[in-house]
Amino acid sequence: MATVMLPRSLVAILPGAERRVEVAGGTIASVIDQLDEAIPGLRNRVLDAGPTIRQHLNVFVDGQRADLATVVSATGVVHIIPAVSGG
Amino acid sequence: MMVRNLLLVGTKKGAFILESDGARERWDIRGPFAEGWGVHDMSVDPASGAILAGAANPWFGAAVWQSPDLGQTWTHSSEGLTYGDDEGAPRIKAIWNVIGANGALFAGVQPAGLFRSDDAGVTWQHVSGLRDHPSCPEWQPGAGGLICHTIIPHPTDAGRMWVAISAVGTFETRDGGETWETRNKGVRADFSPGPEPEFGQCVHKLIRVAGEDEVLMQQNHCGVYRSTNGGRTWDEITDGLPTDFGFPMVGHPRDASTAWVIPLDGGDKLHMVPEAKAAVWRTSDAGGTWTRLDTGLPQEQAYVQVLREAMAVDRLDPVGVYFGTSGGRLYGSVDEGASWSVVADDLPPIWSVEAHVVDA
Repeated sequence: MATVMLPRSLVAILPGAERRVEVAGGTIASVIDQLDEAIPGLRNRVLDAGPTIRQHLNVFVDGQRADLATVVSATGVVHIIPAVSGG
Repeated sequence: MMVRNLLLVGTKKGAFILESDGARERWDIRGPFAEGWGVHDMSVDPASGAILAGAANPWFGAAVWQSPDLGQTWTHSSEGLTYGDDEGAPRIKAIWNVIGANGALFAGVQPAGLFRSDDAGVTWQHVSGLRDHPSCPEWQPGAGGLICHTIIPHPTDAGRMWVAISAVGTFETRDGGETWETRNKGVRADFSPGPEPEFGQCVHKLIRVAGEDEVLMQQNHCGVYRSTNGGRTWDEITDGLPTDFGFPMVGHPRDASTAWVIPLDGGDKLHMVPEAKAAVWRTSDAGGTWTRLDTGLPQEQAYVQVLREAMAVDRLDPVGVYFGTSGGRLYGSVDEGASWSVVADDLPPIWSVEAHVVDA
């Protein structure tokens, strides 16, 4: 199974969410759909209209910057990380 | 009767709930809720009693938060709060107003538009008629953005509603949101050359007065106004105020002739209280005259700004009046503005204040 690491600030607002979630592989778009199935509402927090990854969120697959089409292997590691922004 | 008097305070960093009793002398603070979310507006759905909060987060977008139990637990949703996935479709940045009316919830958003929910805020649908108005392609933002910041349902006719958009003006629907008409006649737009435009007025806050179905008032970028015909025409009532600029306006819960505003230096100035002396101004004769109320408010070095949603009244007698500043200080008056004291200090920048009284 692939592993997704969610940020604390996202886990805090989604009931039942945990920092570390296991999903099947696939594209990032597919991974987010799987996450939303398990954690309703997650998709709307991570994706903007388009859909696109929200402007101030970064997604990494095995340490490399990813987009919705990036493929996650069956043993891949996905990090969703809020950008250094805000004030 | 014993009551719980709640102040719902939206800030740049989340929501706070201050609670007192009918005496309004001591206040307990709970929060922040929706931690890290900028809360532009809070209200209470009259049908369910749920606290509603229109909010946006720098990383996770815009959503409507709600609490069914006066702040003990919270959920949020933005399902359906979208203009669609088409390329070029505007992306919703924030929720600026959220209310319950006629068994539904309504949310005003940025960029300006109106959404409704018929399932208590779980999902939302675009009231597309507003943006279908032929003026929409020409709508321009104010300094705060192109925002639908005020929603006022008609008290007896569920098909009628007013909304206010900066910097576009006031609109009314009489067919449940299918079509809308501008309601800006008589309102100045000094920043616009030429004759009075049909739209483009920078309404800052719109209110309906108590007990009068068709009487509206507004604090505008260019003056204070009153309408006795549902906004079809407006009469300026700025005379007697120190400036024509300000953001918030609230009306007395029982007296149609009484309202409060906080004039600020406008135009290209600082948008703070004139001469760094804080004051609220009250009319008790429908705008005929205005009285300065500053007892207990700082009268020197007070660089105070109060935003459009950051003033409220409770429904007690005498009426409590409250306002929050961009500096994070919350002032209150338990004598209808005659005197003021600090209710809370050192909060994050305050964006909204709402009062809610429940039986203890």
